[in-house]
Amino acid sequence: MSSLLASAVPFLLAAEDGAKKVFSDGGVLAEWAWLIPVVPMVAAFAIVFFGKRSPLQGWGMAWGSMAFVAVYGTVLFFMNISDGIVYEGAVAIGSWGADGLGNTFGIEWGWMVDGLSIMMYFVVGVVGVLVFTYAKGYMEGDIRYTWFFASFALFGGGMLVLVSAPNLVQLIVGWELVGVASWLLIGHYWEDHENSSAAIKAFLVNKVADVGLFIGAIIIGLSAGSFRFSVIMDVIAEGGGDSTLAQFSFWAGVAIFIGAMGKSAQFPLHVWLPDAMAGPTPVSALMHAATMVTAGVYLLGRLFPFFNTPGFADDVRWIIIIIGTLTLFLTGLIALVADDIKKVLAYSTLSQLGYMVTAMGAGAYTAGLFHLFTHAFFKALLFLGAGSVIHAVHSNNMSDMGGLRKYMPQTYWTFMIGSLALAGIFPLAGFWSKDEILASIQYAGGNYTTAQGGAELANFVLVVAIAGAFVTAFYMTRAVSLTFFGEYKGDGHPHESPKVMTYPLIGLAGFSVVAGWINIPGVIKWFTDALGARFLAPGDHHPESIEISLAIIGTLAAVGGIVAGYFIWFADKDTQQERDKFRIPLLYPLLEKKYYIDDFYMNGIVKPIRGPVANAVDWFNGHVIDLVINGTGLGATRVAKLVYWFDQRFVDGAINASAAATGETGGMLRLLQTGRVQQYAFLIVAGTVVLVAGFIIF
Amino acid sequence: MSSFENGWALTLIVFLPLVGAAAVLAIPKAQEEAQKWTALLFAGVSFVLSVIVAFQFDYGSAEAIQFGTRSDLTWIGVINSNYSIGIDGISLPLLVLSGFMTVLSIIYSWNHWPEPHNPKMFSALILVLATGMNGTFVALDLILFFVFFEVVLLPMYFMIGIWGDRNKVTVPVLGITTEMRLYAAIKFFLFTFLGSALMLLGFLALYFRSGVESFSMAALSGGGAEAALGSLAVWVFAALFIGFAVKVPMFPLHTWLPDAHTAAPTVGSVLLAAILLKLGTYAFVRIAIPIMPEQAQNWAPVIGILAVIGIIYGALACLAQTDMKRLIAFSSVAHMGFVMLGIATMTEIGINAALIGMVAHGIITGLLFFIAGSMSHRYHTREIARLGGNQKLMPIMGGILGFTAMASLGLPGLAGFWGEFGALLSAFNPLEGLDTTLFRTLMVIGGIGTVLAAGYLLWMLQRVNFGEPSAEWEGHDLHDVDGYELAAWVPLVVVTLAIGIYPKIVFGATGDAVSELVKVFGG
Repeated sequence: MSSLLASAVPFLLAAEDGAKKVFSDGGVLAEWAWLIPVVPMVAAFAIVFFGKRSPLQGWGMAWGSMAFVAVYGTVLFFMNISDGIVYEGAVAIGSWGADGLGNTFGIEWGWMVDGLSIMMYFVVGVVGVLVFTYAKGYMEGDIRYTWFFASFALFGGGMLVLVSAPNLVQLIVGWELVGVASWLLIGHYWEDHENSSAAIKAFLVNKVADVGLFIGAIIIGLSAGSFRFSVIMDVIAEGGGDSTLAQFSFWAGVAIFIGAMGKSAQFPLHVWLPDAMAGPTPVSALMHAATMVTAGVYLLGRLFPFFNTPGFADDVRWIIIIIGTLTLFLTGLIALVADDIKKVLAYSTLSQLGYMVTAMGAGAYTAGLFHLFTHAFFKALLFLGAGSVIHAVHSNNMSDMGGLRKYMPQTYWTFMIGSLALAGIFPLAGFWSKDEILASIQYAGGNYTTAQGGAELANFVLVVAIAGAFVTAFYMTRAVSLTFFGEYKGDGHPHESPKVMTYPLIGLAGFSVVAGWINIPGVIKWFTDALGARFLAPGDHHPESIEISLAIIGTLAAVGGIVAGYFIWFADKDTQQERDKFRIPLLYPLLEKKYYIDDFYMNGIVKPIRGPVANAVDWFNGHVIDLVINGTGLGATRVAKLVYWFDQRFVDGAINASAAATGETGGMLRLLQTGRVQQYAFLIVAGTVVLVAGFIIF
Repeated sequence: MSSFENGWALTLIVFLPLVGAAAVLAIPKAQEEAQKWTALLFAGVSFVLSVIVAFQFDYGSAEAIQFGTRSDLTWIGVINSNYSIGIDGISLPLLVLSGFMTVLSIIYSWNHWPEPHNPKMFSALILVLATGMNGTFVALDLILFFVFFEVVLLPMYFMIGIWGDRNKVTVPVLGITTEMRLYAAIKFFLFTFLGSALMLLGFLALYFRSGVESFSMAALSGGGAEAALGSLAVWVFAALFIGFAVKVPMFPLHTWLPDAHTAAPTVGSVLLAAILLKLGTYAFVRIAIPIMPEQAQNWAPVIGILAVIGIIYGALACLAQTDMKRLIAFSSVAHMGFVMLGIATMTEIGINAALIGMVAHGIITGLLFFIAGSMSHRYHTREIARLGGNQKLMPIMGGILGFTAMASLGLPGLAGFWGEFGALLSAFNPLEGLDTTLFRTLMVIGGIGTVLAAGYLLWMLQRVNFGEPSAEWEGHDLHDVDGYELAAWVPLVVVTLAIGIYPKIVFGATGDAVSELVKVFGG
């Protein structure tokens, strides 16, 4: 394989203090890491062609490819913690040639093995294999069982193409591939118009954001002279406010962030994610909670120095913080009024993505990615738990559930662990990552004052983030009580899901407990060190010790949310349902209508473009442009008649023969059959001759 | 040098189909099998030869004309027009594409003869068309180029006019009610013929007024001939521009295209989209830029603006279509807009992107027209609203349609992406001296065009493929794809994937040739 490599570049980047840190190049494991994206990709194609004929109907290949990634990712993950791996491989697949300034740009497939990529390999592989296991049970008897796993494997491959990308172009490839997989899987039950519409909505909203990603990538690539992250980082490391990259960095940063807002569903481009719940639940767990939607956060992490080095896109950070904060708070509130349990979790995911983005904006590389890491486990767990419940009661609505803890003990316990982890209760995973985000926002308030009023903004953000923690605990308490407590309100007799579904729940519950322990400030900093392989992002703040006061405030907010929820939804189990319908005037309808954003997009943008605008263009085509064309045709017909008359009257010749046939009408039908085209041709040639004569004479 | 490399290979590639046409015509009308096999044989050998040429081609010097004839092989002595043919990295991919699509069209036609049948005439026309298309891509003399360019016109005219759609339409303004095929055929003919006339005018002006007194592209290129034209140059370029732009087609000269595509029989649409549209863009790269570099730069903003108008306009028009073929036709206007945007930047990236965009569009849109044709063959309608649930009735057809629609919207990893992204990429840093603000604005607007493209294709898929099939198809014998269809389509799917994963298949040929080409701008 190594002969195929155009280049394999182990490189070192400056640590925070400017000293070079020596990393391992990962040896043979890194050299062969191209298998990580390739194996699921090949599996996807193999399932399409041979899945139905294979013994496990395609599930085996999909699962096997994910298991391979999980094992490979785990080995790399631990190797990276101990050694710190930085490796970049690339295969040249062509060249764009030079731009208008004479810089030449190659095109490469490549694979990156560094802290950030390895963390993603681990998450995608481990969560992926658990979700694929679960899906075997959940999708049993599905009408398109094999196709489902082909699409799911395609997603896995696309996601790994994305996170292994050592350059922006490949990142875009992976980015769009997961988009397609998402479209396929959201619209899995495409018999229903609503589902295919949800799929299209997801694709189009992302495509809008992708315009930003494309433009951002183009600006960064052309200004830095390469699409490779390593080169871009070098340009940034050299600094210099007068580099081309620095000149364009604000708009490039905004454009890239718009791209990230699409995949990571940031306000106001978040509207696709709740609708995406139309897909089967394992899809929601893996793609729309744990991995795909974190691609935007990943991208901000990948380009972190670009956003965090003075003179580059650091001015964009305040936009990032504001968008992230709006997202984390506004979407969290909607989770309070949703009846569909998957929608509750979807809005919760939006809110948590808001936390991650806020952290990135606040310059907290490790904190943002750490939350991505822990969230992947507990949110996947919650979705799978919800799926287990849905599987049992055949409804998504919590108004059809209730009291399920008696029927589904394992689902109940694991769901509880996931909820507590999400709420941020000590010592579960969410506690550590949320605390680190709060700490870094606080730190940002004290240290970044590049923008006017930066400190005030950061403090405000901190307050909102803490309030968000309260809301998170509040809506999860509601979801837990409506689903598992009170009396069962649905039809039939719910029962626990089969082992193939509950074991992954237990596995994810385990991760939801321990995932936070690899990054305890002042005690264990495995995660920080592992992620720092490649660079310690400039400006990244990792607290040296637990910020006790913040940890207490954060925990109080979460506990407060649980207590408040308890009093509203638990207090009297008999009237639970009625109390859920409590209405706050103005606010409740606003939340139920999702702030009217969907309505605005649909009625204000999509319908006008598809309707009047498109029709106007079509009309213009037929009635304005063709008016000229047909008018000319009419004129030409008249001239032709004149010529014909002239011809008949004064010229003896071959044309006489057709006189009888053509004498009647000037209809288009006749034109073809009687050879009047030849007359046109004659006219045109005659005109040409006249014009040529004109050219030659003058 | 062997005679194979010395012009004979290309001559065979160009003229074998013509010989084949004569052979087909010599076969008695009743022997349809013999006619089909003869057509396939001649087109096949021509294609295989082009593949052999592609393998023997020296990619190390892709900028040089290879496999060419002696430069002094006189054709029409009195006007110094020579039989001068040859290929470089720019024409090679298009030549191979042309042979490829011809062969697939003949295979597809095996059991898909449009009314009024007559395989003999139809195959002969395909073969004549092939000669015209191949010839255009190898011609190095303007008169030769013009002749091949025109040879393409008649077979397509007859294909549309005789085998086309027989539904009645009322022509606005003229107020005539006629069959679609007749209106479309005449519109197609007159538009392109007018364009050709202007183009010829430009060629003649170049011959007489530049002082070169030659139609050789090599002799005219480099800017010297253009300089000699003086103030006339702008008019000469305008003539060439309109001539080429009609063929592309560029807004606002595109209105023949939707009608021609909608009316044409399936194979006609396929070849029209896959190859004929490329003749115009190819001519920009082959003739307009090297011969008139200064005017090309002056006109670049106009080309760029019209290209981007085409992208948005074509996409919006797509959203309004209710007829599947017409929708795909308008999508060509949008896609060719990306190609022209790339050319308008006058940079290596832009022209490379344009070339790979041409190849990709040829394959992908060709396939879309194949599928649309097969679907209307079965459903006897192209009306999108009636086709819902196709995925249920014909899973494989639906699957291939889905794949192709994804390729058409420029999905990365498939062929269409490189041209589309490359065009946007090139617009950020256009050739020095061009207005960067303008081109960057065009880049952003073009980017929005990709969203619209996703919109019309996905909504088309939703309406055609998804949902439950309409009750009206119950009891109809709607069989899924047959063997001939697969034989014609699978190669296209494979090539779409191959170029998507390994774009060097095209870039490897075009790269050096394009970087040589842009030296004409003095870089």
